[in-house]
Amino acid sequence: MQWDLLLQLTLNGLIVGTLYGVVAMSFVLIYKASQVVNFAQGEFLLIGAWACWWLLTEFQLPFVWGFLLTLVFMTVFGVLLQVIVLRPMIGEPVISVIMVTIGLSIFFQALMKWMFGVFAQPFPPIFETQAVRIAGLEVQSVYLLSLVISLAIMAAFAWFFTASKYGLAMRATAFDQQVAQSLGISVRMVFAMAWAISAVVSAVAGVVVGVVNGVSSGLSFYGIKVFPAVILGGLDSVLGAVLGGIIIGLLENIAHFFDSTILHWGNMFQIAPFYVLIVILMIKPYGLFGTKNIERV
Amino acid sequence: MDGTVATAPKRWVDTLPALLEVNNIEVVYNDVILVLRGLSLKVPEGKIVALLGANGAGKSTTLKAISGLLKTEEGEITRGEIRFAGERIDGLDPDRIVRKGIFQVMEGRRIVADMTPHENLRLGAFTRSDSEVKADIERVYAYFPRLKERTGLAGYLSGGEQQMLAIGRALMARPKLILMDEPSMGLSPLLVKEVFGIIRRLNEELGITILLVEQNARMALSVASYGYVMEQGKIVLDGTAEELSANEDVKEFYLGGHGTERKRFKNLKSYKRRKRWL
Ligand SMILES: Nc1ncnc2c1ncn2[C@@H]1O[C@H](COP(=O)(O)OP(=O)(O)OP(=O)(O)O)[C@@H](O)[C@H]1O
Ligand SMILES: [Mg+2]
Repeated sequence: MQWDLLLQLTLNGLIVGTLYGVVAMSFVLIYKASQVVNFAQGEFLLIGAWACWWLLTEFQLPFVWGFLLTLVFMTVFGVLLQVIVLRPMIGEPVISVIMVTIGLSIFFQALMKWMFGVFAQPFPPIFETQAVRIAGLEVQSVYLLSLVISLAIMAAFAWFFTASKYGLAMRATAFDQQVAQSLGISVRMVFAMAWAISAVVSAVAGVVVGVVNGVSSGLSFYGIKVFPAVILGGLDSVLGAVLGGIIIGLLENIAHFFDSTILHWGNMFQIAPFYVLIVILMIKPYGLFGTKNIERV
Repeated sequence: MDGTVATAPKRWVDTLPALLEVNNIEVVYNDVILVLRGLSLKVPEGKIVALLGANGAGKSTTLKAISGLLKTEEGEITRGEIRFAGERIDGLDPDRIVRKGIFQVMEGRRIVADMTPHENLRLGAFTRSDSEVKADIERVYAYFPRLKERTGLAGYLSGGEQQMLAIGRALMARPKLILMDEPSMGLSPLLVKEVFGIIRRLNEELGITILLVEQNARMALSVASYGYVMEQGKIVLDGTAEELSANEDVKEFYLGGHGTERKRFKNLKSYKRRKRWL
């Protein structure tokens, strides 16, 4: 056994997994608040990454400014998307809303290809040192950044949902929209806020991945990775989304380890999470943390 | 009878400035189901007014029409108007109406079960942005000391505690008018007494105006100064609490224990004889 490879891959799995967790959280946020299954979540990463890349390369902005401007843009984008496209769909059958988000996904994919081309583009280098050594393991600086940002986002979510009145309002709306309205909460405001936060958080993840791997349409694959993560964790559980994401990240990398050292089947890391997903759903149909009455309206 | 037209004596509610005025409203659910058929009532400022009636009479619908929550149930006010402090509020969204100072405590308490009592109370203050929210939470705990000891999820509270939490949550919004829908529902007689004692105190100590919907007419009339009786979407009788308590029909239907057979006011001689409209 190659123990340092296993250790290295486990670490990678944790880092990628927290990033999956962050994207899964932003997916669950939309589902919980507005009961919309957003198939365009991956495109949020893509749009955020392209926007940031464009600001950095076109205007030579320092990374921090380009990044902050991207977040402002994504806030506006999330609100407009909700207000213009999804608000009119309130009350329509679930399947229609799903078709709309699938349509959005295809539309944004095409739009990004049209605007930025089909080739992967690297981000301008952000760090002087490419890698640091921690306990004998090689860790890329960007991975470290990714981990720190992911954990910061998770802490911000935890604070938001327990301490801020808007977070409480969002939870109340997820619990019962009529009750929320009786308390003076505007459900429209909550929906718009959920989409804005989700777009921003996904864009952060998109920028992080873009810095590591370059920006390309492959980024939106994260939106698909999110499905095993959230279904594993339970569609309506934010904590479950995080854990689901970490588990998927670890599984991928451990599968990769066995594949590259013993099995040699190739590409096992891509499908392993989906096999595990099927097995888990057979045992726990509502995911590890999901609630049964998920269909409640 | 000397032939001159007798002017009806002025009602007690008409002698006081009204905080809430509902004028001849008609409410339709799902575009077809007519539930309120020209309902009118007045709630004087600083008073408790009871709205009584049998199951399905339209009491909850009346409250939802006032609070705007009707909109969340495919209901619509198709005629008439509602005025709060002189200003028309019918047609506004529920969150706007809460901001104007009307708070509905819905039937069945409807607390947020997966949050703590403390978080529920904070939610009650959602529309406020002043710095006294923390102090108000303590004030609510002073009214309901047992809520303070409950740190688990609100869903695990007893029925009585949930009702108290629902009322406390309403207080957090600092409303001028509370619409209370069947606070006694499912509570033991002792708890009903306690809850009504608190309703009276809120009115006396905080000056909050209350429109109280109740099945328990005896209790309601014991705290209210005026009452309305409604049937099939209309007010059929109104008067001061004393008048209603002494009224034979009210006694028979709401205060006495004359079997469970459902009769109607309409079929009663005494009602037909004194038939009057608002
Ligand atoms: N959302 C709705 N859609 C359609 N019809 C409704 C709706 N809500 C109430 N109704 C109907 O309106 C009528 C009045 O209902 P409402 O709940 O106002 O009565 P209530 O006086 O509060 O009765 P209870 O004492 O049982 O609470 C009933 O016939 C009910 O079936
Ligand atoms: Mg009712």
